[in-house]
Amino acid sequence: MQLELLISKFQQKDVKAFEELYNMYSDSMHGVIYNIVRDHDIAEELMQDVFIKAWNSASSYSAEKGRFFTWILNISRNAAIDKTRSKAFKNSKKNLDAEYFVDILEHSDSLDAQTDAIGIKKFVGQLAKKCIEVIELLYFKGYTQKEASETLDMPIGTIKTRNRNCIKELRTIVLN
Amino acid sequence: MDITAYIESGILELYVAGALSENENREVYKLMRQHPEILQEVEAIELAIKKLTAATAPSRRAGLFENIKAKIVHLSGNAATDSKVIPMVKSKYDWLTYTGWAAAIIIGAGLFWTLNQNNELESNLTTAEIENSYLEEQIANAKTDLAASKNLLNILRDKDIISVPLGGQGEFANTYAKVYWSKKDNSIYLDAQGLPEAPAGKVYQVWSLKLNPLTPTSLGTIDDFNTDDNKIFAIANANESEAFGITLEPEGGSETPTMDQLYTLGVVVTAAP
Repeated sequence: MQLELLISKFQQKDVKAFEELYNMYSDSMHGVIYNIVRDHDIAEELMQDVFIKAWNSASSYSAEKGRFFTWILNISRNAAIDKTRSKAFKNSKKNLDAEYFVDILEHSDSLDAQTDAIGIKKFVGQLAKKCIEVIELLYFKGYTQKEASETLDMPIGTIKTRNRNCIKELRTIVLN
Repeated sequence: MDITAYIESGILELYVAGALSENENREVYKLMRQHPEILQEVEAIELAIKKLTAATAPSRRAGLFENIKAKIVHLSGNAATDSKVIPMVKSKYDWLTYTGWAAAIIIGAGLFWTLNQNNELESNLTTAEIENSYLEEQIANAKTDLAASKNLLNILRDKDIISVPLGGQGEFANTYAKVYWSKKDNSIYLDAQGLPEAPAGKVYQVWSLKLNPLTPTSLGTIDDFNTDDNKIFAIANANESEAFGITLEPEGGSETPTMDQLYTLGVVVTAAP
């Protein structure tokens, strides 16, 4: 089914359309959330919460404001970051700041389930540290270009071109 | 617009990341609809990110979506899982609208009524003020009248005043008048209450008379007779009068009294020396 139609049906509270969108995006959201919270049970729970939230606030989505993927990605990142700020979470967890998504890819055996696992593993091995940082901040952590520029101490223009080149590399690996 | 340069700028990667401002998002959306190659690029970026992020997902229990479905169905209170939720057709005007209009109308009517009430009160106030000033004027007049009356009474009570009743003459027998003569002031006060109103074109003329021989001296006409309220007239009289008479004369008065129009006449009674 065409994405626009699927989203429009979802916004009209069509459960079937919702399930299709879930199948399309739940892995990605689960991955993003897990990368932030680094806890299997919490990630699983949050991922479900995110989709329930998406269902409940479906009417607030509009294509003009951005891609559906980006919309639900935002909900996921916010939910996960909120969780890490909660007192209970802070008390039980170590500082996660130094970890990047590549750690998961390098150490996890879950990649066996993914179709692109081999390619991604290869990609990650090839990725320069500068790519890992910028992808981590922009896609996994939801930094704005300004925040990323300040964190990496780089002009916004540099962030944009570097990120563009990194994603180009990623595309040659996962899309071909 | 250089589409290739736009794509190469890296803005579309940030767009998918959600790192742009709201305005920038709208702009990309607009261009995406105008240029299919931009949309294609965005879709490719999105797919790559989707695959990358999905690769970081740990394995998970099966049937999570059933959990989600159970929760959303429970939340929306709908038992039939596959049935579409038909949005209720909401009346364009709900109770709030009606209540709002009703309140507005009531308040408007209230304001109008208050305004009217206010105008009426103001007009009443003006009327009251006019009446008040009228009453004040009347009181002032009454005071003036009272003072004048007291003054008159004092004059009439003076011991040196000579009172001369004038009796009705001939066909005017039912008329009368009275003269109060203050010799030291050289003036008389004529009380002409007993005379009828002077007809149009005619005036009463007052005469001082010497009896032997009969010599009338005009003391003047009473031009304001009809309009005077108390009908008491102060008239200068320096004559050694022996009698007073009143005749009706043509306007402006006459040299000599018209005897057939003699209304009243009275002789001064002096104490015998």
